[in-house]
Amino acid sequence: MLRYANPKRFMDLSGAALPWLAGAAAIFLVAGFYLGFAAPPDYQQGDTVKIMFVHVPAAWVAMMAYGLMALSAAVGLIYRHPLADAAAKAAAPLGALFTALALVTGSLWGKPMWGAWWVWDGRLTSFLILLLIYLGYIALWNAIEDETRAARATAILALVGAVNLPIIEFSVRWWTTLHQGESILRPGGPSISAVFLWPLFAMALGYTLLFFSLWIVRIRTEILERRARSLMLGLS
Amino acid sequence: MSGFFALDQYANFIWAAYGVSVLGIAAAIVLCVQAHARAKARLANLEKEPS
Repeated sequence: MLRYANPKRFMDLSGAALPWLAGAAAIFLVAGFYLGFAAPPDYQQGDTVKIMFVHVPAAWVAMMAYGLMALSAAVGLIYRHPLADAAAKAAAPLGALFTALALVTGSLWGKPMWGAWWVWDGRLTSFLILLLIYLGYIALWNAIEDETRAARATAILALVGAVNLPIIEFSVRWWTTLHQGESILRPGGPSISAVFLWPLFAMALGYTLLFFSLWIVRIRTEILERRARSLMLGLS
Repeated sequence: MSGFFALDQYANFIWAAYGVSVLGIAAAIVLCVQAHARAKARLANLEKEPS
């Protein structure tokens, strides 16, 4: 695995894969949007069920991005691999964006359905903490000038913050929350109708592919910037 | 077409959610592509400079 993870090989492979990933993301997002608007109103939520097609994928990608960031940070910390550090750094702003999107779209669903923009329940609060961890991680990267020290400090923060992922996942089981429980990945299969499941799958796949496309672009940018910085050091 | 986009009394919330999502994603795409283009140009300039 690490054999394929040298920056030169990464640039070659990712350059070839990027147009396909981005194209597939666009196709799934358009398909998800069409299927979402073609879906009938839910018997309880009415048309606000359509907000789920942008809220759930954003929340899913926000958590996946954190998992990938923590994994990259761990690889960087253990193997001192510069590409892993770059990957962790590149994932953070994207993860923060999708977390913010999940919180805002969730709030726009909550107001008509619960009668409140925000409630301090386990799922919402742990998701807000996820956003704060992302912002703290980005701030720490920017606060430490030395790249090696910054990578180590942020990796520790990312790994400590990973404790929040199971808290988010199981918050709806551990505490009595206003947020609904699991309805897709649950024992006994999904509890939602196929007319809502298909647009949700299409959007979730579109969001996931979009995240990977943007992540690759950001890692490539980070590699180019690091090359430029080392050239500048050589010139000075 | 208008029937396809017809929504119930909570249409404002639904369009706001889609609007925020599209804006956020579009901004991320533009910022990522711009940063990449800048980094590429900067590196190309540095590589042209005599050492």
